[in-house]
Amino acid sequence: MAAASSDILLDGAGIHATMDRLAGEILSSLPAGVPVGIIGIRRRGEVLAQRLVHELNRRGAAGLEAGSLDITLYRDDLAELGPQAILRKTEIDFDINGRYIILVDDVLYTGRSVRSAIDALVDLGRPKAIRLAVLVDRPGRELPVQADFVGLKVEQSDVPVTVLLTESDGAEEVRVG
Amino acid sequence: MSVDLPENEPAAQAGQTIQSNSSIEQARDYVWSRPHLLGLEDLSAEELLHILKTAESFQEVSTRSIKKVPALRGRVIVNLFFEDSTRTRMSFILAAQRLSADVLDFAASKSSVSKGESLRDTVRNIEAMGVDTFVIRHSAAGAPHYITRCTNCHVINAGDGQHEHPTQALIDIFTIRERKGRIKGLNVVIVGDIAHSRVARSNVWGLTKLGAKVTVVGPTTLVPKAFEKMGASVSHNLDAALKEADVVNMLRIQRERMTSQVFPSTEEYVRLFGLTRQRLRGTKPDLLILHPGPINRGVELASDVADGPNSSILRQVSNGLAIRMAVLFLVNQATGDTCADPQ
Repeated sequence: MAAASSDILLDGAGIHATMDRLAGEILSSLPAGVPVGIIGIRRRGEVLAQRLVHELNRRGAAGLEAGSLDITLYRDDLAELGPQAILRKTEIDFDINGRYIILVDDVLYTGRSVRSAIDALVDLGRPKAIRLAVLVDRPGRELPVQADFVGLKVEQSDVPVTVLLTESDGAEEVRVG
Repeated sequence: MSVDLPENEPAAQAGQTIQSNSSIEQARDYVWSRPHLLGLEDLSAEELLHILKTAESFQEVSTRSIKKVPALRGRVIVNLFFEDSTRTRMSFILAAQRLSADVLDFAASKSSVSKGESLRDTVRNIEAMGVDTFVIRHSAAGAPHYITRCTNCHVINAGDGQHEHPTQALIDIFTIRERKGRIKGLNVVIVGDIAHSRVARSNVWGLTKLGAKVTVVGPTTLVPKAFEKMGASVSHNLDAALKEADVVNMLRIQRERMTSQVFPSTEEYVRLFGLTRQRLRGTKPDLLILHPGPINRGVELASDVADGPNSSILRQVSNGLAIRMAVLFLVNQATGDTCADPQ
Protein backbone atom coordinates (compact mmCIF):
# COMPACT_ATOMS: atom_id res chain seq x y z
CA MET A 1 0.00 0.00 0.00
CA ALA A 2 1.47 3.35 -1.00
CA ALA A 3 1.82 5.90 1.77
CA ALA A 4 -0.42 8.83 1.05
CA SER A 5 -0.71 11.71 3.53
CA SER A 6 -3.67 10.16 5.30
CA ASP A 7 -5.35 6.98 4.08
CA ILE A 8 -8.54 5.60 5.51
CA LEU A 9 -7.91 1.88 5.94
CA LEU A 10 -11.29 0.97 7.41
CA ASP A 11 -14.55 2.88 7.54
CA GLY A 12 -17.45 2.09 9.87
CA ALA A 13 -18.64 -0.87 7.81
CA GLY A 14 -15.06 -2.13 7.49
CA ILE A 15 -14.54 -2.02 11.26
CA HIS A 16 -17.84 -3.82 11.78
CA ALA A 17 -16.92 -6.58 9.32
CA THR A 18 -13.45 -6.92 10.84
CA MET A 19 -14.84 -7.26 14.37
CA ASP A 20 -17.31 -9.87 13.12
CA ARG A 21 -14.46 -11.89 11.64
CA LEU A 22 -12.45 -11.57 14.88
CA ALA A 23 -15.46 -12.74 16.89
CA GLY A 24 -15.70 -15.81 14.69
CA GLU A 25 -12.01 -16.63 15.06
CA ILE A 26 -12.15 -16.13 18.83
CA LEU A 27 -15.30 -18.23 19.17
CA SER A 28 -13.82 -21.21 17.33
CA SER A 29 -10.66 -21.01 19.47
CA LEU A 30 -12.36 -21.06 22.88
CA PRO A 31 -11.49 -24.21 24.85
CA ALA A 32 -14.49 -26.26 25.94
CA GLY A 33 -15.51 -26.11 29.59
CA VAL A 34 -13.23 -23.24 30.58
CA PRO A 35 -14.77 -19.94 31.74
CA VAL A 36 -13.89 -16.99 29.51
CA GLY A 37 -13.20 -13.35 30.30
CA ILE A 38 -12.99 -10.62 27.66
CA ILE A 39 -10.98 -7.73 29.05
CA GLY A 40 -10.45 -4.46 27.20
CA ILE A 41 -7.57 -2.07 27.83
CA ARG A 42 -8.94 1.40 28.51
CA ARG A 43 -10.16 3.29 26.64
CA ARG A 44 -10.65 2.02 23.06
CA GLY A 45 -9.86 -1.58 23.91
CA GLU A 46 -12.77 -1.42 26.32
CA VAL A 47 -15.12 -0.33 23.53
CA LEU A 48 -13.91 -3.13 21.27
CA ALA A 49 -14.20 -5.69 24.09
CA GLN A 50 -17.82 -4.67 24.69
CA ARG A 51 -18.57 -5.11 20.98
CA LEU A 52 -16.87 -8.52 20.96
CA VAL A 53 -18.83 -9.68 23.99
CA HIS A 54 -22.07 -8.53 22.34
CA GLU A 55 -21.24 -10.38 19.14
CA LEU A 56 -20.05 -13.54 20.93
CA ASN A 57 -23.21 -13.62 23.04
CA ARG A 58 -25.30 -13.19 19.87
CA ARG A 59 -23.53 -16.23 18.42
CA GLY A 60 -24.42 -18.27 21.48
CA ALA A 61 -21.19 -18.19 23.50
CA ALA A 62 -22.08 -18.96 27.12
CA GLY A 63 -20.56 -17.88 30.42
CA LEU A 64 -18.66 -14.87 29.11
CA GLU A 65 -17.58 -12.22 31.58
CA ALA A 66 -16.52 -8.74 30.45
CA GLY A 67 -14.20 -6.31 32.15
CA SER A 68 -11.96 -3.35 31.55
CA LEU A 69 -8.43 -2.69 32.66
CA ASP A 70 -6.69 0.60 33.36
CA ILE A 71 -2.93 0.17 32.94
CA THR A 72 -1.84 3.67 34.02
CA LEU A 73 -0.30 2.47 37.29
CA TYR A 74 1.68 -0.25 35.48
CA ARG A 75 3.19 1.82 32.71
CA ASP A 76 6.98 1.80 32.48
CA ASP A 77 6.99 5.43 31.33
CA LEU A 78 4.85 6.73 34.20
CA ALA A 79 7.63 8.93 35.54
CA GLU A 80 7.95 10.63 32.15
CA LEU A 81 4.23 10.92 31.50
CA GLY A 82 3.82 13.73 33.99
CA PRO A 83 0.39 15.14 34.66
CA GLN A 84 -1.10 13.58 31.52
CA ALA A 85 -1.45 10.33 33.42
CA ILE A 86 -5.16 10.20 34.15
CA LEU A 87 -6.19 7.25 36.21
CA ARG A 88 -9.41 5.45 35.34
CA LYS A 89 -11.07 2.56 37.07
CA THR A 90 -10.21 -1.06 36.52
CA GLU A 91 -13.52 -2.91 36.50
CA ILE A 92 -13.13 -6.64 36.59
CA ASP A 93 -15.92 -7.95 38.79
CA PHE A 94 -15.12 -11.62 38.34
CA ASP A 95 -12.45 -14.04 39.52
CA ILE A 96 -9.79 -14.39 36.81
CA ASN A 97 -8.19 -17.45 38.43
CA GLY A 98 -8.37 -20.38 36.01
CA ARG A 99 -10.20 -18.27 33.41
CA TYR A 100 -9.31 -18.06 29.70
CA ILE A 101 -8.69 -14.36 29.15
CA ILE A 102 -8.91 -12.53 25.83
CA LEU A 103 -7.15 -9.20 26.22
CA VAL A 104 -8.42 -6.61 23.71
CA ASP A 105 -6.76 -3.41 22.49
CA ASP A 106 -7.17 -1.13 19.47
CA VAL A 107 -3.57 -0.93 18.19
CA LEU A 108 -0.58 -3.19 18.89
CA TYR A 109 2.59 -1.14 18.34
CA THR A 110 5.53 -1.21 20.79
CA GLY A 111 4.02 -3.96 22.92
CA ARG A 112 4.52 -1.95 26.10
CA SER A 113 0.82 -1.47 26.83
CA VAL A 114 0.28 -5.20 26.55
CA ARG A 115 3.22 -5.86 28.88
CA SER A 116 1.63 -3.45 31.41
CA ALA A 117 -1.75 -5.13 30.99
CA ILE A 118 -0.30 -8.60 31.58
CA ASP A 119 1.42 -7.34 34.74
CA ALA A 120 -1.85 -5.81 35.93
CA LEU A 121 -3.76 -9.03 35.20
CA VAL A 122 -1.39 -11.33 37.07
CA ASP A 123 -1.75 -9.08 40.13
CA LEU A 124 -5.46 -9.97 40.05
CA GLY A 125 -4.94 -13.73 39.92
CA ARG A 126 -3.67 -16.58 37.79
CA PRO A 127 -5.59 -16.94 34.53
CA LYS A 128 -5.60 -20.27 32.70
CA ALA A 129 -4.26 -18.44 29.63
CA ILE A 130 -4.11 -14.92 28.24
CA ARG A 131 -4.67 -14.33 24.51
CA LEU A 132 -4.38 -11.01 22.71
CA ALA A 133 -6.84 -9.61 20.18
CA VAL A 134 -6.18 -6.28 18.41
CA LEU A 135 -8.00 -4.34 15.73
CA VAL A 136 -4.76 -3.10 14.14
CA ASP A 137 -1.26 -4.61 14.22
CA ARG A 138 1.38 -2.04 13.35
CA PRO A 139 5.19 -2.63 13.07
CA GLY A 140 7.47 -1.19 15.77
CA ARG A 141 7.64 -3.79 18.52
CA GLU A 142 10.03 -3.03 21.39
CA LEU A 143 9.08 -6.12 23.39
CA PRO A 144 8.55 -9.75 22.33
CA VAL A 145 4.75 -9.51 22.18
CA GLN A 146 2.53 -10.86 19.38
CA ALA A 147 -1.22 -10.85 18.92
CA ASP A 148 -3.25 -14.05 18.60
CA PHE A 149 -6.14 -12.41 16.75
CA VAL A 150 -5.47 -9.53 14.34
CA GLY A 151 -8.13 -7.49 12.57
CA LEU A 152 -5.91 -5.60 10.18
CA LYS A 153 -2.15 -5.77 9.65
CA VAL A 154 -0.48 -2.50 8.60
CA GLU A 155 2.84 -3.02 6.79
CA GLN A 156 4.16 0.57 6.76
CA SER A 157 6.51 1.35 9.63
CA ASP A 158 6.96 4.82 11.13
CA VAL A 159 3.49 5.92 10.05
CA PRO A 160 1.01 6.67 12.84
CA VAL A 161 -2.26 4.77 12.94
CA THR A 162 -5.39 6.42 14.29
CA VAL A 163 -8.42 4.47 15.46
CA LEU A 164 -11.67 6.33 16.09
CA LEU A 165 -14.67 4.60 17.62
CA THR A 166 -18.16 5.99 18.05
CA GLU A 167 -18.43 5.33 21.78
CA SER A 168 -15.12 7.03 22.65
CA ASP A 169 -14.53 9.45 19.78
CA GLY A 170 -17.86 10.09 18.10
CA ALA A 171 -16.56 8.80 14.75
CA GLU A 172 -15.74 5.44 13.26
CA GLU A 173 -12.62 4.80 11.18
CA VAL A 174 -9.06 3.48 11.06
CA ARG A 175 -6.62 5.88 9.42
CA VAL A 176 -2.93 5.71 8.63
CA GLY A 177 -0.64 8.69 8.12
CA MET B 1 -10.55 25.26 30.45
CA SER B 2 -14.29 25.01 30.76
CA VAL B 3 -15.44 24.18 34.24
CA ASP B 4 -18.19 21.79 33.39
CA LEU B 5 -18.24 19.85 36.59
CA PRO B 6 -19.44 16.28 36.13
CA GLU B 7 -20.02 16.08 39.83
CA ASN B 8 -21.26 12.61 40.12
CA GLU B 9 -21.15 8.99 39.36
CA PRO B 10 -24.58 7.40 39.94
CA ALA B 11 -26.01 8.19 43.34
CA ALA B 12 -25.35 5.63 46.00
CA GLN B 13 -27.93 4.60 48.56
CA ALA B 14 -27.05 4.77 52.22
CA GLY B 15 -25.09 1.73 53.27
CA GLN B 16 -24.00 0.79 49.77
CA THR B 17 -20.81 1.55 48.00
CA ILE B 18 -20.98 3.40 44.73
CA GLN B 19 -22.04 1.26 41.79
CA SER B 20 -19.35 0.93 39.20
CA ASN B 21 -19.96 2.91 36.09
CA SER B 22 -19.11 0.79 33.08
CA SER B 23 -19.99 3.40 30.48
CA ILE B 24 -17.07 4.93 28.68
CA GLU B 25 -15.93 8.10 30.33
CA GLN B 26 -15.38 11.05 28.10
CA ALA B 27 -11.77 12.11 27.76
CA ARG B 28 -11.04 15.15 29.88
CA ASP B 29 -8.17 17.42 29.10
CA TYR B 30 -7.66 18.00 32.81
CA VAL B 31 -4.05 18.42 33.90
CA TRP B 32 -3.05 18.18 37.57
CA SER B 33 -0.06 20.45 38.10
CA ARG B 34 0.39 20.90 41.86
CA PRO B 35 3.60 19.40 43.24
CA HIS B 36 2.36 19.86 46.85
CA LEU B 37 -0.87 19.50 48.78
CA LEU B 38 -0.74 22.17 51.47
CA GLY B 39 -4.42 22.89 52.03
CA LEU B 40 -7.83 22.99 50.42
CA GLU B 41 -8.11 26.79 50.55
CA ASP B 42 -6.11 27.17 47.33
CA LEU B 43 -7.72 24.32 45.38
CA SER B 44 -10.42 24.84 42.77
CA ALA B 45 -13.63 22.80 42.70
CA GLU B 46 -12.28 21.03 39.63
CA GLU B 47 -9.05 20.07 41.42
CA LEU B 48 -11.03 18.76 44.40
CA LEU B 49 -13.19 16.63 42.12
CA HIS B 50 -10.12 15.34 40.30
CA ILE B 51 -8.67 14.07 43.60
CA LEU B 52 -12.00 12.41 44.51
CA LYS B 53 -12.23 10.77 41.09
CA THR B 54 -8.65 9.52 41.28
CA ALA B 55 -9.35 8.12 44.76
CA GLU B 56 -12.35 6.20 43.39
CA SER B 57 -10.01 4.44 40.98
CA PHE B 58 -7.64 3.59 43.83
CA GLN B 59 -10.39 2.00 45.94
CA GLU B 60 -10.33 -0.98 43.62
CA VAL B 61 -6.64 -1.67 44.39
CA SER B 62 -7.48 -2.44 48.03
CA THR B 63 -9.91 -5.17 46.94
CA ARG B 64 -7.31 -7.16 44.98
CA SER B 65 -5.57 -10.28 46.17
CA ILE B 66 -2.29 -8.43 45.62
CA LYS B 67 -3.03 -5.01 47.12
CA LYS B 68 -0.18 -3.25 45.43
CA VAL B 69 0.50 -1.39 42.19
CA PRO B 70 3.93 -0.38 40.88
CA ALA B 71 3.09 3.31 40.27
CA LEU B 72 5.64 4.84 42.70
CA ARG B 73 8.25 2.09 42.58
CA GLY B 74 11.66 3.53 43.44
CA ARG B 75 10.25 6.68 45.06
CA VAL B 76 10.95 7.44 48.72
CA ILE B 77 8.27 8.97 50.91
CA VAL B 78 9.15 10.36 54.34
CA ASN B 79 6.59 10.58 57.12
CA LEU B 80 7.70 13.55 59.20
CA PHE B 81 5.43 13.61 62.26
CA PHE B 82 6.18 16.18 64.95
CA GLU B 83 2.82 15.50 66.60
CA ASP B 84 1.27 12.20 67.67
CA SER B 85 -0.91 10.35 65.23
CA THR B 86 -2.22 6.83 64.77
CA ARG B 87 -4.66 6.86 61.86
CA THR B 88 -3.04 9.47 59.63
CA ARG B 89 0.50 8.15 60.03
CA MET B 90 -0.41 4.50 59.45
CA SER B 91 -2.74 5.40 56.62
CA PHE B 92 0.00 7.33 54.77
CA ILE B 93 2.48 4.48 55.33
CA LEU B 94 0.07 1.88 53.96
CA ALA B 95 -0.98 4.11 51.05
CA ALA B 96 2.67 4.63 50.07
CA GLN B 97 3.37 0.90 50.35
CA ARG B 98 0.39 0.05 48.14
CA LEU B 99 1.94 2.32 45.50
CA SER B 100 5.23 0.38 45.89
CA ALA B 101 7.10 3.40 47.29
CA ASP B 102 9.71 3.06 50.03
CA VAL B 103 8.74 4.71 53.30
CA LEU B 104 10.83 6.34 56.01
CA ASP B 105 8.94 6.90 59.23
CA PHE B 106 10.24 9.73 61.37
CA ALA B 107 9.13 10.33 64.95
CA ALA B 108 10.31 13.66 66.37
CA SER B 109 10.60 12.40 69.94
CA LYS B 110 13.22 9.77 68.97
CA SER B 111 15.18 12.01 66.64
CA SER B 112 17.84 14.69 66.62
CA VAL B 113 15.05 17.25 67.09
CA SER B 114 15.30 16.35 70.78
CA LYS B 115 18.98 17.31 70.51
CA GLY B 116 18.07 20.76 69.23
CA GLU B 117 18.17 20.36 65.45
CA SER B 118 16.06 22.90 63.54
CA LEU B 119 13.21 21.92 61.20
CA ARG B 120 15.14 23.26 58.23
CA ASP B 121 18.26 21.22 59.08
CA THR B 122 16.25 18.08 59.78
CA VAL B 123 14.47 18.32 56.43
CA ARG B 124 17.57 19.17 54.42
CA ASN B 125 19.51 16.30 55.95
CA ILE B 126 16.79 13.82 55.12
CA GLU B 127 16.51 15.28 51.61
CA ALA B 128 20.25 14.72 51.15
CA MET B 129 19.60 10.98 51.45
CA GLY B 130 17.65 11.18 48.19
CA VAL B 131 13.97 11.26 49.05
CA ASP B 132 11.04 12.47 46.95
CA THR B 133 8.14 13.41 49.20
CA PHE B 134 7.63 14.71 52.73
CA VAL B 135 4.37 14.04 54.53
CA ILE B 136 4.46 16.41 57.46
CA ARG B 137 2.45 16.96 60.63
CA HIS B 138 3.53 19.83 62.83
CA SER B 139 2.06 21.90 65.65
CA ALA B 140 3.02 25.13 63.84
CA ALA B 141 0.64 26.41 61.18
CA GLY B 142 2.55 26.94 57.94
CA ALA B 143 5.30 24.38 58.66
CA PRO B 144 4.55 22.47 55.40
CA HIS B 145 4.69 25.73 53.41
CA TYR B 146 8.03 26.51 55.03
CA ILE B 147 9.41 23.11 53.97
CA THR B 148 8.49 23.74 50.34
CA ARG B 149 10.85 26.70 50.48
CA CYS B 150 13.83 24.80 51.89
CA THR B 151 13.68 21.62 49.79
CA ASN B 152 12.98 20.43 46.26
CA CYS B 153 10.76 17.61 47.44
CA HIS B 154 7.00 17.23 47.16
CA VAL B 155 5.24 18.20 50.39
CA ILE B 156 1.91 16.94 51.72
CA ASN B 157 0.33 18.58 54.75
CA ALA B 158 -0.85 15.94 57.23
CA GLY B 159 -2.04 18.61 59.69
CA ASP B 160 -0.37 21.90 60.61
CA GLY B 161 -1.39 23.46 63.93
CA GLN B 162 -4.91 24.85 63.73
CA HIS B 163 -4.56 25.66 60.06
CA GLU B 164 -5.44 22.79 57.69
CA HIS B 165 -5.65 19.00 57.46
CA PRO B 166 -6.48 18.62 53.78
CA THR B 167 -6.44 14.82 53.47
CA GLN B 168 -8.86 14.41 56.39
CA ALA B 169 -11.31 16.87 54.82
CA LEU B 170 -10.96 15.07 51.47
CA ILE B 171 -11.80 11.80 53.26
CA ASP B 172 -14.87 13.39 54.86
CA ILE B 173 -16.02 14.84 51.52
CA PHE B 174 -15.35 11.54 49.72
CA THR B 175 -17.36 9.63 52.35
CA ILE B 176 -20.26 12.10 52.12
CA ARG B 177 -20.29 11.80 48.33
CA GLU B 178 -20.19 8.01 48.57
CA ARG B 179 -23.19 7.87 50.92
CA LYS B 180 -25.22 10.78 49.55
CA GLY B 181 -24.24 10.66 45.88
CA ARG B 182 -23.53 14.38 45.79
CA ILE B 183 -22.13 17.34 47.71
CA LYS B 184 -23.94 20.25 46.09
CA GLY B 185 -26.93 21.48 48.09
CA LEU B 186 -26.28 19.33 51.18
CA ASN B 187 -26.56 20.81 54.66
CA VAL B 188 -23.41 19.87 56.54
CA VAL B 189 -23.10 20.67 60.25
CA ILE B 190 -19.69 20.60 61.93
CA VAL B 191 -19.90 20.46 65.71
CA GLY B 192 -17.46 21.02 68.53
CA ASP B 193 -14.12 22.64 69.02
CA ILE B 194 -14.16 24.60 65.78
CA ALA B 195 -11.62 27.19 66.91
CA HIS B 196 -8.78 24.72 67.39
CA SER B 197 -9.74 22.48 64.49
CA ARG B 198 -7.73 22.22 61.30
CA VAL B 199 -10.22 19.56 60.20
CA ALA B 200 -13.06 22.10 60.44
CA ARG B 201 -11.12 24.70 58.44
CA SER B 202 -10.22 22.30 55.63
CA ASN B 203 -13.79 20.94 55.57
CA VAL B 204 -15.30 24.41 55.28
CA TRP B 205 -12.99 25.32 52.39
CA GLY B 206 -13.61 22.08 50.52
CA LEU B 207 -17.35 21.70 51.13
CA THR B 208 -18.26 25.29 50.28
CA LYS B 209 -16.26 25.13 47.03
CA LEU B 210 -18.30 22.06 46.06
CA GLY B 211 -21.59 23.78 46.82
CA ALA B 212 -22.55 22.45 50.26
CA LYS B 213 -24.09 24.69 52.90
CA VAL B 214 -21.89 24.44 55.99
CA THR B 215 -22.87 25.39 59.55
CA VAL B 216 -20.32 25.32 62.37
CA VAL B 217 -21.79 24.76 65.84
CA GLY B 218 -20.35 24.90 69.34
CA PRO B 219 -19.98 27.05 72.45
CA THR B 220 -19.27 30.75 71.76
CA THR B 221 -15.75 30.30 73.13
CA LEU B 222 -14.97 27.60 70.55
CA VAL B 223 -16.72 28.95 67.43
CA PRO B 224 -15.11 32.10 66.07
CA LYS B 225 -17.23 34.48 63.97
CA ALA B 226 -14.35 34.47 61.48
CA PHE B 227 -15.79 31.28 60.00
CA GLU B 228 -18.53 33.38 58.43
CA LYS B 229 -15.87 35.02 56.26
CA MET B 230 -14.91 31.54 55.01
CA GLY B 231 -18.48 30.95 53.80
CA ALA B 232 -19.92 28.99 56.73
CA SER B 233 -22.87 29.87 59.00
CA VAL B 234 -22.21 30.07 62.73
CA SER B 235 -24.64 28.69 65.30
CA HIS B 236 -24.60 27.91 69.01
CA ASN B 237 -27.77 25.81 69.02
CA LEU B 238 -27.14 22.22 67.97
CA ASP B 239 -30.78 21.06 67.89
CA ALA B 240 -31.78 23.91 65.59
CA ALA B 241 -28.84 23.26 63.27
CA LEU B 242 -29.48 19.50 63.13
CA LYS B 243 -33.12 19.85 61.99
CA GLU B 244 -32.23 20.39 58.33
CA ALA B 245 -28.86 18.62 58.41
CA ASP B 246 -27.94 15.90 55.89
CA VAL B 247 -24.52 15.32 57.44
CA VAL B 248 -23.07 16.00 60.87
CA ASN B 249 -19.33 15.91 61.47
CA MET B 250 -18.53 15.64 65.20
CA LEU B 251 -15.16 16.97 66.32
CA ARG B 252 -13.12 16.12 69.39
CA ILE B 253 -12.47 18.64 72.15
CA GLN B 254 -8.75 19.30 71.75
CA ARG B 255 -7.65 19.78 75.32
CA GLU B 256 -4.00 19.71 74.26
CA ARG B 257 -4.47 22.97 72.35
CA MET B 258 -6.46 24.83 75.02
CA THR B 259 -4.76 27.28 77.31
CA SER B 260 -7.80 28.31 79.36
CA GLN B 261 -11.12 26.95 80.54
CA VAL B 262 -13.46 27.31 77.53
CA PHE B 263 -16.62 25.73 78.96
CA PRO B 264 -17.77 25.23 82.55
CA SER B 265 -17.85 21.43 82.67
CA THR B 266 -17.75 18.37 80.44
CA GLU B 267 -21.30 17.51 81.62
CA GLU B 268 -22.62 20.84 80.38
CA TYR B 269 -20.79 20.42 77.07
CA VAL B 270 -22.29 16.96 76.58
CA ARG B 271 -25.79 18.27 77.37
CA LEU B 272 -25.53 21.13 74.87
CA PHE B 273 -23.30 19.71 72.11
CA GLY B 274 -22.97 15.94 72.55
CA LEU B 275 -24.66 13.77 69.91
CA THR B 276 -26.92 11.28 71.66
CA ARG B 277 -29.74 9.01 70.59
CA GLN B 278 -32.36 11.40 72.04
CA ARG B 279 -30.94 14.26 70.04
CA LEU B 280 -31.19 12.21 66.81
CA ARG B 281 -35.00 11.98 67.19
CA GLY B 282 -35.50 15.42 65.71
CA THR B 283 -33.25 14.83 62.70
CA LYS B 284 -33.59 13.42 59.19
CA PRO B 285 -33.67 9.60 59.31
CA ASP B 286 -30.76 9.33 56.87
CA LEU B 287 -28.54 11.82 58.70
CA LEU B 288 -24.93 10.80 58.04
CA ILE B 289 -22.67 10.93 61.09
CA LEU B 290 -18.93 11.44 60.68
CA HIS B 291 -16.05 11.80 63.12
CA PRO B 292 -12.40 12.24 62.08
CA GLY B 293 -11.21 10.39 65.22
CA PRO B 294 -10.01 9.85 67.81
CA ILE B 295 -13.43 9.73 69.49
CA ASN B 296 -13.96 10.71 73.10
CA ARG B 297 -16.89 8.34 73.65
CA GLY B 298 -19.55 9.81 75.89
CA VAL B 299 -18.35 13.37 75.29
CA GLU B 300 -18.99 14.64 71.73
CA LEU B 301 -20.49 11.32 70.63
CA ALA B 302 -22.50 8.73 72.57
CA SER B 303 -21.18 5.21 72.11
CA ASP B 304 -24.40 3.79 70.61
CA VAL B 305 -24.54 6.64 68.09
CA ALA B 306 -20.88 6.19 67.10
CA ASP B 307 -21.53 2.51 66.37
CA GLY B 308 -25.05 2.99 64.96
CA PRO B 309 -26.35 2.64 61.39
CA ASN B 310 -26.07 6.34 60.55
CA SER B 311 -22.37 6.39 61.34
CA SER B 312 -19.72 6.04 58.62
CA ILE B 313 -16.81 6.54 60.97
CA LEU B 314 -14.92 3.34 60.11
CA ARG B 315 -15.70 3.84 56.42
CA GLN B 316 -13.87 7.18 56.71
CA VAL B 317 -10.78 5.29 57.85
CA SER B 318 -11.00 2.85 54.91
CA ASN B 319 -11.54 5.69 52.45
CA GLY B 320 -8.49 7.40 53.94
CA LEU B 321 -6.25 4.90 52.16
CA ALA B 322 -7.72 5.64 48.73
CA ILE B 323 -7.55 9.42 49.27
CA ARG B 324 -3.92 9.26 50.42
CA MET B 325 -2.94 6.98 47.53
CA ALA B 326 -4.55 9.48 45.16
CA VAL B 327 -2.78 12.47 46.71
CA LEU B 328 0.63 10.73 46.80
CA PHE B 329 0.16 9.64 43.18
CA LEU B 330 -0.95 13.06 41.92
CA VAL B 331 1.71 15.22 43.59
CA ASN B 332 4.41 12.78 42.51
CA GLN B 333 3.26 13.00 38.87
CA ALA B 334 3.12 16.79 38.92
CA THR B 335 5.81 18.49 36.93
CA GLY B 336 5.29 21.91 38.52
CA ASP B 337 8.23 23.62 40.18
CA THR B 338 8.71 22.02 43.60
CA CYS B 339 11.00 24.69 45.03
CA ALA B 340 8.65 27.60 44.66
CA ASP B 341 5.94 28.29 47.16
CA PRO B 342 2.77 27.87 45.10
CA GLN B 343 1.12 30.96 46.53
